[in-house]
Amino acid sequence: MGYTIAEKILMRASGSTHVEPGEIVNARVDIAMSHDNAALVSKIFKEIGVENVWDSDRIIIPIDHRVPANNIKVAEGHKKIREFARGQNIKHFYDVREGVCHQIMPEFGHVMPGELIAGTDSHTTTYGALGAFSTGIGATEMAAVWATGELWLKVPETYKIKLTGSLKNQVFSKDIILHICGQLTAEGANYKAIEYYGPAIDELSVGARLTITNMSMEMGAKAAIIAPDEKVFNYLKGRTDKDYKVVTADPDARYAKEFEFDVSKIGPKVACPHAVDNVKDVGEVAGTKLHQAVLGSCTNGRIEDLKAGARMLDGNEIHKDVRLIVAPASRQVYLEAMEEGILQKFVKAGGMVINPGCGPCLGAHEGILAAGENCIASTNRNFQGRMGSTEAGIYLASPATVVASAVKGEITDPRRFSHEQ
Amino acid sequence: MNSKVWKYGKDVNTDVILPGRYLDSYEPDYLASHAMEDLDKEFSKGVKPGDIVVADSNFGCGSSREQAASCLRYCGVQAVVAKSFARLFYRNAINQGITVIESPECVDALNHGDEVDFNLPDGIIKNLTTGKEMKFRPLPEFVMEIINSGGLVNHLKQKLQND
Ligand code: SF4
Repeated sequence: MGYTIAEKILMRASGSTHVEPGEIVNARVDIAMSHDNAALVSKIFKEIGVENVWDSDRIIIPIDHRVPANNIKVAEGHKKIREFARGQNIKHFYDVREGVCHQIMPEFGHVMPGELIAGTDSHTTTYGALGAFSTGIGATEMAAVWATGELWLKVPETYKIKLTGSLKNQVFSKDIILHICGQLTAEGANYKAIEYYGPAIDELSVGARLTITNMSMEMGAKAAIIAPDEKVFNYLKGRTDKDYKVVTADPDARYAKEFEFDVSKIGPKVACPHAVDNVKDVGEVAGTKLHQAVLGSCTNGRIEDLKAGARMLDGNEIHKDVRLIVAPASRQVYLEAMEEGILQKFVKAGGMVINPGCGPCLGAHEGILAAGENCIASTNRNFQGRMGSTEAGIYLASPATVVASAVKGEITDPRRFSHEQ
Repeated sequence: MNSKVWKYGKDVNTDVILPGRYLDSYEPDYLASHAMEDLDKEFSKGVKPGDIVVADSNFGCGSSREQAASCLRYCGVQAVVAKSFARLFYRNAINQGITVIESPECVDALNHGDEVDFNLPDGIIKNLTTGKEMKFRPLPEFVMEIINSGGLVNHLKQKLQND
């Protein structure tokens, strides 16, 4: 009997010779990531009473959610994290300047195929784009991981999603995953691991794949995995010199369900308030007036996203009633965008470029919405109240749709828009 | 010891189990006094140690807040029996020392207010009100160890002392 990638990674990490969905295993974690909530994790860690963390080389701590600190309480939390990182000699501590955790983890080579990664953030599923089993856990269990390096996990059933066809002009991986969220629903993959296959996945860049595994969490997935290929191996070159072992599924692996989508049939999509599975074709909501637009986040804040957005700009001004906030996902992305003149384009057009980090995505600072306002964002969640007032509406879309809409002042089909120029 | 059943519907989310406005404190009595507040105002007043919460599918969906599990524990809730759980709640509950049982059969055979005899080690719930007896799959030994220690932190503390 064959195994899926998810099962094989958990088998290796738990030292088992066989695993079955539903079984609970005790696994050794390869990498443990915590962001601003490392302050809480370190408090619980101290309660356990162990002196030192299990491996100071395998714990990664980026501070990214509220950066730079937006109030005293947050500042105190950041300070605690810095002290903890110094005291425990955490080798990979990234202070507020570096960017969003889910971008800098792969960027700095902390994600490798075949590894088991745990993070105190639900979107930890992102790293599966490089062939890892990575999943979100709570603060208490992360404290236990810091103490022991071990984590109990229920072996999930695996869903297989095959993507065929090739993407049409102005359609992106964000549109694919929004479409899938709409079809499978917000709890459609609860507890499950998803594995993505097919020619349309092969065609995507590593960055575009990260968008897909990032948002798979919005369907409840425990992990989302793409089998690594040459693109991934090239991406890893120069980022890590550690050895890794690529894990692929057996030909006779058992999948609980299989789905297939032809991406050439997918157009630009928008997830409408207040649920990620309330997905419509952009045409159905075109014309909706906007007050804010956000280009950034761990979902779509990479260089190719900024480029796709900037392409909608040329010669155009951001609509006077819209606040366009651009938050590059990391310092590296920021630098690259600066060197290529992309940030300049945004600022010239009337956009605001803010520091790398989560920015307005979680509604903590840097762009809070008032009641009655609408925002279009390249982020991953549109829960009611996520970006501020519970009476504001958040529309999720691709970077191209976000910027085209910011220019028009209303939700706009990026295809129509690019023809008009 | 007999337990009382507090039964609810599907998709009971973490916002109604413990509303976000009470996330400003970790104090047990405080969390206990607001448990289930936005779903059932009677709950925190009437719940007795050893009682069980019974619910339909997807119990605990929403955020990853651990307080949604710990507030039930601080109320003395012995177990949550549901048709299914949201993933993060399931984990958090075990790590906070709460027994979580996934059993559609048990849920269907229990009504709000029923008296039950909950026998965890043997995997049996006896509904004393209706006389019906149900079996459920006992939790793995490893998970029971965590629950019996009163949660993951205590479990590790005890383990470290014994080592
Ligand atoms: S950018 Fe948004 S979704 Fe991503 S880690 Fe930050 S807050 Fe979470």
